[in-house]
This record gives sequence, C-alpha cells and structure tokens, in this order.
Amino acid sequence: MNKLPLIIKREYIAKVRNKSFVVMTFLSPFLMVGMILLIAYLTQLNDTEKKVIGVLNESGYFANEFVTSEATSYINFKDISLAKAKDSTVNLGFYGLIYLPNESNLEQVAQRAFFYSKDAPSASVLDKLESSITGRLRQERLRELGMSPKEYAEMDRGYNINIETFDGLQNIKGINEIKAIIGGAFGYLIMMFIIIYGGFVMRSVIEEKTSRIIEVIISSVKPFHLMMGKIIGTSLAGITQFGIWIVSGAILLFIGLAIFDIDPASLTKGSGVAPGMANTTNVDVDALTQNIQLYAQEIFEIPIFAMLFFFIVYFVLGYLIYSSIYAAIGAAVDNETDTQQFIFPVILPLMLAIYVGFFSVFSNPNGPIAVAFSLFPLTSPIVMLMRLPWGIGEGGVPVWQLITSIAILIATFIGIVWVAAKIYRVGILMYGKKPSYKELYKWLKYS
Amino acid sequence: MSHILVANEVTKQFGSHTALKNVSLEIPKNSIYGLLGPNGAGKTTLIRIINQITYPDQGSVYFDGELLKPEHIAQIGYLPEERGLYKSMKVGEQALYLAQLKGLSKAEAKKRLKYWFERLEIGDWWNKKIQELSKGMAQKIQFVVTVLHEPKLLIFDEPFSGFDPINANIIKEQILSLKENGTSIIFSTHRMESVEELCEYIALIHKSEKILDGKLSDIKKAYKSNIFEIGLETDNDQLLLNDMQDKFQILSQDYDSIEKQLNLRVQLPSNESRDILAFLGSRANVNGFKETIPSASDIFIKTIQNKNIDNE
Repeated sequence: MNKLPLIIKREYIAKVRNKSFVVMTFLSPFLMVGMILLIAYLTQLNDTEKKVIGVLNESGYFANEFVTSEATSYINFKDISLAKAKDSTVNLGFYGLIYLPNESNLEQVAQRAFFYSKDAPSASVLDKLESSITGRLRQERLRELGMSPKEYAEMDRGYNINIETFDGLQNIKGINEIKAIIGGAFGYLIMMFIIIYGGFVMRSVIEEKTSRIIEVIISSVKPFHLMMGKIIGTSLAGITQFGIWIVSGAILLFIGLAIFDIDPASLTKGSGVAPGMANTTNVDVDALTQNIQLYAQEIFEIPIFAMLFFFIVYFVLGYLIYSSIYAAIGAAVDNETDTQQFIFPVILPLMLAIYVGFFSVFSNPNGPIAVAFSLFPLTSPIVMLMRLPWGIGEGGVPVWQLITSIAILIATFIGIVWVAAKIYRVGILMYGKKPSYKELYKWLKYS
Repeated sequence: MSHILVANEVTKQFGSHTALKNVSLEIPKNSIYGLLGPNGAGKTTLIRIINQITYPDQGSVYFDGELLKPEHIAQIGYLPEERGLYKSMKVGEQALYLAQLKGLSKAEAKKRLKYWFERLEIGDWWNKKIQELSKGMAQKIQFVVTVLHEPKLLIFDEPFSGFDPINANIIKEQILSLKENGTSIIFSTHRMESVEELCEYIALIHKSEKILDGKLSDIKKAYKSNIFEIGLETDNDQLLLNDMQDKFQILSQDYDSIEKQLNLRVQLPSNESRDILAFLGSRANVNGFKETIPSASDIFIKTIQNKNIDNE
C-alpha cells in the first residue's frame, strides 16, 4: 500500500493551484520579455538620438574629419574666440564643443585639442572624436614615413596562433567563452531552481506544522514518505513552471521582436569593441567566415545530449540533497523568520560553486580547483556542469571523475536524506522555541 | 480475543528524558477507555506509539492479538490534540485525500463522506476552504475524517476542545453511537466530567508511569472512604448531636433552615451502615442517607497527591 503517489499528487496540485504560483508562472515571461524589449528599445533610442557638437577649428588641419553623420551633427564656428564659442555652445544647447587650436603642426594641434561639455562626455562620443583624430594622425605619420595606407593595412593584419589539441583537433580562440556561457547557464539554472524550490519545500513543511495537520497525516503515512512526496511534488510543479516559462517566453520574445521590429542581433552585439576599431583593423572576410564555420563546428562538438543527460542527473541529485535539507530546516522551526540562521549555510556552497565556476573553471576547466569542487558533493552539481561543455573523456572531464562525482553525490544523497528524515520526523512534532544545532544533533539519536 | 490493544512494559526515552516507563495496558474491545493524566505525563507519547508515529525503546504493543505493524494503521483512527487541516484546501478534496491516505478508495470515501456530511448537517461545506470555516466547523470536519475509514480502534485526544457545548454534545453522541456499533475507543483527556459520562475503563498515567487502571466502577468502589451524607429531622438537634458524637465521627454539620433539616457528613469505620441507621431510626426522621462515591476527578487528584507524597 504505497501512498507516495497520492502525496505527490496533492503537493503538486496544491502548489500549481496556489495563486502566487499561477501569477508568477504566467506573469514572469511577460515581465522578462518586457524587460528585454525595453532594454533593446532604449538601446536603439540611445543610438538614434542625434548629438550636435560645435567645432571651433583654428588650425589648418582636420577639415574633413568633423563632418555631419547620421549619429552626430557638427556645426562649425568661424572667426570667434574660444570664450564666445563656449557661450554659444551652451546657449544653443549643443552637446559639446571641440576646440582645435592654431599650432605649427598636426601633432601639436592634437596635443592641445580640447573637448568641452556640460557634464562628463559619454564614452561613445569620446571614442568617436578620438578615433577621428587618431585616423588623421596616422595618415600624417604614414605620409611622413612614405608608406601608403594600403601598405599599412597589409602590415597591420592580425595574427592568430594555430591551436590544436594533442589528438589533432583544431581549436579556436574564444570558443572557451562560449562554452563557459553554456556551462554557466546550466549551473546557474540549477542554483536558482534549488534556492527557489527548496524554499517552496521548506515553506510547505512549515505550513503543515503551523496548521497542525502534520500529526493527522503522519498517523496515516510515514514521515519519510510525506517528506519525499513533498519534495517530488514540488519539483514537478517547478518543472511545469520552467516548461511554461521556456515555451511562453520563446513565443513572446518572437512575437515581441516581430512587433517592435527589433533586430535580435542588436541585443547580443558586444559593447566591448569600441567603435572605430573596425576601420583600423583590417578584417579578412574570408578568415571570418572560416572562423564562423569553426565555431559552429566546435559548438556542435559540445556533447549536447550528454550534457542534457548529465544536467538531469546532477540536477535531480543536487535538488534532492538540497531540498531534503530545506525540508529538515522547515521541520525544525515554527515560522519562516526562524529559518534564516539555518538557510545561510545551505546557500553558501551554492554561491561558492557559482563563483568557483566563473573564476576558476572557465580559465582552467581541468585544473585542481575545478576538479576538487566538481567532486565535492555540495558543489558538484553546479561545477561539474560548468566543466562538461569541454567534453567528456580526452580533453574534457575524465570519465573517472564523472563517475566518482556521481558516486559521491549518490552516497551523500543517501546520507543527507537519512539525516534530514530524522530531523524531519522529530521536528514536525516539536513546537515552541527554535532548536539549536546541538539539539538538532540530539534529535538524530532519537529512535 | 477480548482486547483490542495490549501494551506490554512499554518504555520510551527522548534523550535523557523518560517519557514512558514500563507502561502496561489492556484495552477491552468495544469499550471506551479513558487515558488520564496531567499534562506532560506521557499520554501523547503512548498514543503516538499506538499510531506508530514513534516506536517504543522497550516493550511491545499488540493490536487485536497481533504485534503492531504498519498495516494496522488502516484499522486505527486518530484525532490528535494538536490538530488542524490544510487551510487553503477545499473541505471535500481534503477529506477525500485524508481518507485515501487511510487506504479507502476514492469512490468509497466519497460515498461515506456524503453519509457523514448529511448526518452532521454540513453537506453544503463541500466546496468551502477550511479558512472560511469557524474553528468549531473545522473540528467537525476533522472528526468526520478521523472516523471515516471505520477503524476498529479510535483514539481521541481531547476531542471536545474547540467545540461549543451544543456541538460537543453532538460529538459525544456520535462517539457513543460508534461504540454501540462495536468500535473500541481510547479517550485521552484531563477533563474529568466527560470521563464520568463516557468511560467504562480508565488508566491514570503520571510522570511516565501508569499508577492506576481498571474498570471505573471498580476503582470508584475501591476509593470509597465510607463517608455518608445524612439528612435528619429532629425536635432537638443539639441533643442528637451530643449523643452521636460519642459513637460516630462527624466530619461536618450544617442546618438547612429552609428544609428544616440537619445535614451531616459522617465517617464510618466500614461501609456497614446498619448500626448508624438503627441508632438514628429511634431518634430522628431520616430524610436522606447516601454513601459518598468519589468522582473521577477526586480519584485523579487523590492518586496523584498520594504518589507525590510517596516519592518525597
């Protein structure tokens, strides 16, 4: 006579029907997509805002540099003093004033040039100005050296060292970052799920305690079954929620982008590349396409099915371990405010795992720190997943590490569930003051 | 087999605290058995052992002749003192869930719930949430849920707390009718008036030990102290009293001026009342003559006090 399915069903339905759950499930995608769209819209807005900059050019150079473009208008002041030009700029409400003094040569002019503005100027404006001036300077310097711009471009062509693993697989730069993002996303997902749904399990236990139904129920079922039913039921509700989020989020994002006519590429465009760089570095188009192919090939070589499989394995084990701890915490206290003291030590390893992941795994996926934390059971679900995009077996995570880490995880799971179930069994019938760690330890010895 | 439950030298420890010490009980079938004791005596621990919520360190418990095992849970109904229901769940759903946990099929549970809801006139609560009901209403649901699976043994821990007198009476009648239909009932309380009304047998638990048990009427007989209440009518009260004081021990006396009657409480050496009746018969009109039977409450207090004195 197994009552576990009954309990799972009740916990699932209770969670799914909960008003705040429904609101969160259906509102979050709108909020998220709304936020993305807002950011995209604001970015575009920012880009399209036309800036007007005054130019007071007393030098004989830079006649062709400051010409009105789509993003910026340049208004030339002529035959007025700098003070007057400044006043006019302020009065006309221009963004700023570029001042190029009358000096004997181009280098001197550049040295003495000033940009005046009301507030500190934005980085993009400065970039633009600086690159204009740099471009002109380079031209002049090249002329002095007697070199044509074409020759210079030839000389400046970038170089990438060829990289290869020992077994001859071609490697490319930058792929590590992509792998890191994929691994990081998986790890982060696990952490969020554990914290959110562990919290749900804990609150559900506290609710049964405060409503005093607990003794009624455990006179019918074993506390262990109730605890496991609760954990499983709540996680199924969580999976439902994630499923709805992913599907509806994707649909909404698609619709939203279509409606607002926003180019998705503009969202992912990195801001790290300063404008102006592009026209100074010579881009070899052929090389780029070749690189893209290589990236695609590398991404396809990330063991995506293995990753999904291990994601599920680590996710399930990690979630079970943590949510049994959460259940035990819920059982030990009478109300949510008392949980803080116990929750912090639980969240700590999760945070640690994420930080270790970002600072150590990504720079050295097979280094000693990465290996240690991907074996330690409280961090392995996150850290191991961050390592997995580098593959399994040669070049990636050695198989023995994978097996060891899962074995340790399973052993820990059994141990922790055993301890948690003991605390749970005693705790659910204890009312009154918050127990100390010492008392929790004593509970373990009750039969 | 005449006992629904037999506990044999049950001992239970929580850390250094002994909750139960060598407690043995025999609970006859088809009776109401009062489990009495002050707060913290160990009643709840004993009940939890019977419900297999916790397990004895030593000793054994037999249910209907068999060693207590998980399957017996379906044969036991338990209304805990600390009780409640899911606040945001609907009455009907909740009752069905709890009934299914006790092993009833959904269809059977529904049928029986209909019957009980009609019997207690609460049919229109089916779709209400517990948080919309008053405490007394929720208690009724709780009672129904406890008895729904028609267990052989019902355990009520302070069943009347939370009920107003009218509803308490309804529940009392239900308990009595369940007993009529063959259910054995353990009734844990420290409210002595309900013990008098309901219990055939009692056990008194004090400081983790059973200090008294048996049939309530037998216990009462054993606790009789041969005190008699006598109502007399005479021409000269003072003369009579003077005569009596030589022969009998008068505990108290007072004159009822409305009834014109002298009320006495007299302690006799045995429960032999012939002498005093003969003595009084020739001197006064005997309007009332009654032996004082101790109440369950008296027995409770007296036993515990004696026990405390013994321990000191």
